[in-house]
Amino acid sequence: MTSETGFDPKLYDRFPTSGARPRGELEELERIWCAPKGWQYLTVVNNNYVGIYYVGAAFLFFLLAGILALVMRVQLAAPLMGVLPQETYNQFFTMHGTVMMFLFAVPMVEALGIMLLPQMLSARDLPFPRLSAYAFWAYLVGGLAFFSSLFVGLAPNGGWFMYPPLTSTAYSPGINTDFWLLGIGFIEISAIAGAIEIVVGVLRTRAPGMTLDKMPIFAWAMLVFAIMIIIAFPAVILGTLLLEFERAFNWPFFDPTRGGDPLLWQHLFWFFGHPEVYIIFLPAAGLVSMMVAMVARTDLVGYRLVVLALLATGFISFGVWAHHMFTTGMPTLSVGFFSAASMAVSVPAGIQVFAWIATLAVGKVRYNTLALFIIGTLIIFTMGGLTGVMVALVPFDWQAHDSYFIVAHLHYVLIGGMVFPMFAAFYHWAPMVSRRALSERLGKWVFGLMFAGMHIAFLPMHLTGMMGMPRRVYTYLPDRGWDLPNLISTVGAFVLAAGIALFVIDLIRNVRLAPGGGNAGNIYGAGTLEWLPTELYSTRSIPVVKSRQPLWDDPDLSKDVEEGRYFLPGSVTGNRETIVTSPLMAEPQYLQIMPGPSVWPLLSAVFTAGFFLLLTVQAYGAGLVSGVLAILAVLRWMWETDRPVKQPFVDIGAGINVPTYVTGTSTHGWWAMVVLMIVIGMIFLMTVFSYLYLYGRSTRFWIDPPDAVSLALIVGGAALSALLAAGSRRALLKGDGRKRLAIWLLILASIVISAVTFIDYRSWLAAGLDPEASGQGAVIHAFIGLQACLSGIALLMAAFVAARGARNFIPVPRSNVIDLPAIFIIFTAALGAAGPGLVRLFPGTL
Amino acid sequence: MQPLIFTRFMTVEGLAGWPPPVFDPAGPFAGSITTLAWVLTGMAVAVLAIVLLAIWTALKGRPALRKRLGGERMIWIGGVAFPVVVLTLLLIWGLSLTSGISKPIAGTDMRIRVSGEMWWWRVSYLDGQGREILRDANEIHIPAGQTVALELTSADVIHSFWVPRLSGKLDMIPGRTNVMRIQADKPGVYGGQCAEYCGGPHALMGFVVVAHTPEDFGRWMASRQAPPPAPATNEARRGAALFASAGCAACHAVAGTSANGLAGPDLSYVGARRTLGAGILPNNRGAMIGWIGNSQAIKPANRMPAYTMLPAEDLKAIAVYLEGLK
Repeated sequence: MTSETGFDPKLYDRFPTSGARPRGELEELERIWCAPKGWQYLTVVNNNYVGIYYVGAAFLFFLLAGILALVMRVQLAAPLMGVLPQETYNQFFTMHGTVMMFLFAVPMVEALGIMLLPQMLSARDLPFPRLSAYAFWAYLVGGLAFFSSLFVGLAPNGGWFMYPPLTSTAYSPGINTDFWLLGIGFIEISAIAGAIEIVVGVLRTRAPGMTLDKMPIFAWAMLVFAIMIIIAFPAVILGTLLLEFERAFNWPFFDPTRGGDPLLWQHLFWFFGHPEVYIIFLPAAGLVSMMVAMVARTDLVGYRLVVLALLATGFISFGVWAHHMFTTGMPTLSVGFFSAASMAVSVPAGIQVFAWIATLAVGKVRYNTLALFIIGTLIIFTMGGLTGVMVALVPFDWQAHDSYFIVAHLHYVLIGGMVFPMFAAFYHWAPMVSRRALSERLGKWVFGLMFAGMHIAFLPMHLTGMMGMPRRVYTYLPDRGWDLPNLISTVGAFVLAAGIALFVIDLIRNVRLAPGGGNAGNIYGAGTLEWLPTELYSTRSIPVVKSRQPLWDDPDLSKDVEEGRYFLPGSVTGNRETIVTSPLMAEPQYLQIMPGPSVWPLLSAVFTAGFFLLLTVQAYGAGLVSGVLAILAVLRWMWETDRPVKQPFVDIGAGINVPTYVTGTSTHGWWAMVVLMIVIGMIFLMTVFSYLYLYGRSTRFWIDPPDAVSLALIVGGAALSALLAAGSRRALLKGDGRKRLAIWLLILASIVISAVTFIDYRSWLAAGLDPEASGQGAVIHAFIGLQACLSGIALLMAAFVAARGARNFIPVPRSNVIDLPAIFIIFTAALGAAGPGLVRLFPGTL
Repeated sequence: MQPLIFTRFMTVEGLAGWPPPVFDPAGPFAGSITTLAWVLTGMAVAVLAIVLLAIWTALKGRPALRKRLGGERMIWIGGVAFPVVVLTLLLIWGLSLTSGISKPIAGTDMRIRVSGEMWWWRVSYLDGQGREILRDANEIHIPAGQTVALELTSADVIHSFWVPRLSGKLDMIPGRTNVMRIQADKPGVYGGQCAEYCGGPHALMGFVVVAHTPEDFGRWMASRQAPPPAPATNEARRGAALFASAGCAACHAVAGTSANGLAGPDLSYVGARRTLGAGILPNNRGAMIGWIGNSQAIKPANRMPAYTMLPAEDLKAIAVYLEGLK
């Protein structure tokens, strides 16, 4: 076996160790990871708690959005019903879609990842525990505020896709649409935070020896999920920003009378919106791949094929967004491409379905509730996939598009591809977090009602669509023949709801949360690491992983792990800590000191939420105060980070020594910064796309760019800023004496890049660019806005570094506190040259 | 409950949902999609049957069969080879169908411009040079057996034009003109509806396409070149006066009169229309009175104000005047 980091794999043979563990080791671990009391439940950051909170909140939104659906079904049970007035219905269906997609589905799969991944990878926690706490609180506070807009009649009413110009101020003057943009803003924040957490967690905190091909399928799925979020979410982040700019400042991104184009929104939205479906489906598919092995009591057949299928799905899903736009009158050639890609994406889905069937065929199936939900998933998802193939064919889509056929299709896909797997996962993993398992007897009823109700509700909708019933209608006329199928659908919706209600009863009766020890344990006899005996510190020691189902292959593993015979059987520094391993072979690299409970992520989240909410209700002053408080809270939270401990090297078990502080490309902080820069880079690329797209539409209102002098100044300034930032890193290497110089160089770099942004803005102003006059003006102002935002962050970072330096909280000769801001400033400088360069040199009028 | 006016009057011909219009085409453009729809439905049912059989075999089948099913070979066959073959064939057919339906417009086609407006349809008949020769609303008249090119556009938000028995749908997008071709093989009335959510009463934004024999169509077109007949009875004349004084003319036009408002549907031949309120009410006196008196109760948030302040006899007089415009 070759090594990735120079680590000798033979060292793994030292485990399990023998001999008694020192007295007090376990007690110290318990003290360090102790359970919260009282108010401390709000400040926990441990994934055991945050994961459960997250799952609970997402499930709450599932129930709320489901109740909306039931009321809508009552309204549609017969023609011309008066249960929901038109405006209320429009708000209900908008909220149902938005809440289900953004506040339930994405957060739920992310929550399951946060809850399960550290356990599956046998890490003590995710690498950025406070970040997930922040993401959770921002999501919960923002989500609840967003949902409450319904109670005051101010909920968004433009559909979950929010197409302008319907959502522009001309046709939606109220703040309803702003509430939508607000709600989405929160989910963007928490999704990106979660994606960073998951990428770094999966690649860097796996148990030693868990090479990529020994990773649980769910970890693979979450990795693809996170990468897809990183690539897809920037499109909707930009889209929502542009729409808000258009609404707030009258910048005409989507207004065709001033050189904008409503279809730009559709491209941005669906470039995110279609991968979104797979963002929801892939983690659920990963769970199914793990559970199907449990149901059949055998290893998953075709592990490598399934991993390939996950990767292929992620890849192809970025080539299908325009199949939501087949009816917009696209050119035949691009229609053909998107049609082909949409069909191709069903091949990896087919691979997974047949891998699951093959696994069931080789194993000995246990017929429990879990098995029923898995079989239900297979059937429902296959049906949704098949109607998906139907609508991938363009001429058929021309008929089916925006009709109830699509409503049926998407509910089959999402219920089969996400909701049923989620319920299966609840049954499967409940014993991991609860003292009692869920009831098998009730579970079969839950499944029966849900499965039957689902088909009764949605199967007839295929027909209603073919009968000509469009989507998003608050009522219909009595002479259309739509009465009977609609009535049947309503009955089915209530049967489905009855099943879910029964599940909630089961949840209340049986689930007694036990985030640490005392859970029901491995009642299904599963083979992956999350079924090791755990406490709040996760497992007592971190095992060496030698296969995909370690618990099946080493019957003594649980006992040895619990007795502390593997890595890190206690706390070596007296802090919360976990082992950071290499990305491919998972060889131990260093010991990460983890942050513990803190009130600052909570406060940061509350003030972030306050900032957006207050802006939405147009309380600008209070909003600004809240925004400043949010920034201060984040800085205060960062203040405690990156504090090296006294011991430079520690023994993490069996005499294996690793450092406790590293810098450069192997740190988890560097990885997170890279992920963040990819996200920002994607936002930048999407802005470039918007610029070129509007250029291609019409240049009627375009003006000539500023002269070459401004460009030379900008590029020169950006280069200077990058050099200063790079110099700062080098200066620090020279030792303590150059620390002040390093800090000053960093401050200077941030000031220079801010000046560059200002020069860019002034030169356009001098050239006569008006953001309200043209698509060009609007997009270039968006570029400048993005750059100003990045420059502002650079300034904040520099100020933070200066403050840390003043208090002597910067270790030499290398420090992540200098390193990461320097990298960020170099990146900002690169964008600061590229953006202004593009908009001046193209369309070539310079 | 919604106002009873619907349930009392509602039986507009040509809008019924059974047999499902997508499976009951009335012209070549919808017809080829229907063939595709049947093939796709057959494919979906067949594949579902195969998957169900595979699941059943995996769970309950004989050990020999299960063994065959339980290997990577089966994943390659069922998950890769099978879909690739089926999908490639479907795709080739689908693409050729696509290009067949959306061939460029031949210059000789009759041209009609339809503009989606919140929440009705503005219809303009164009001559060969694209000049407007006739204005109408919420009803599109075409000659049967001929291909008609519809130039679809929008005056406000995105709408989508859908007459399922004649064609698939095509969006009406502000700032663009999308061209759709339709053809009805036989004379008849074909219901249509807005398919892209456009806010407010999107649910109640319908219209009808009326196909005539070519001779009838010619006569219809010729009859529409002249202004509608002047009101013939006292009541109708009173209605015409009220129409002007009550402010109707600010939004509506009636050819040959001083009413020339452009915001709402042209009412020159409103008496001849099959529906009122954009495809949602049958055109009769009761519906007309109800609509003018309080259209907000019938179609909430539509752009026409309620005229609840007008006494019943005034409403009736206006209705009598309007129903005479044919």
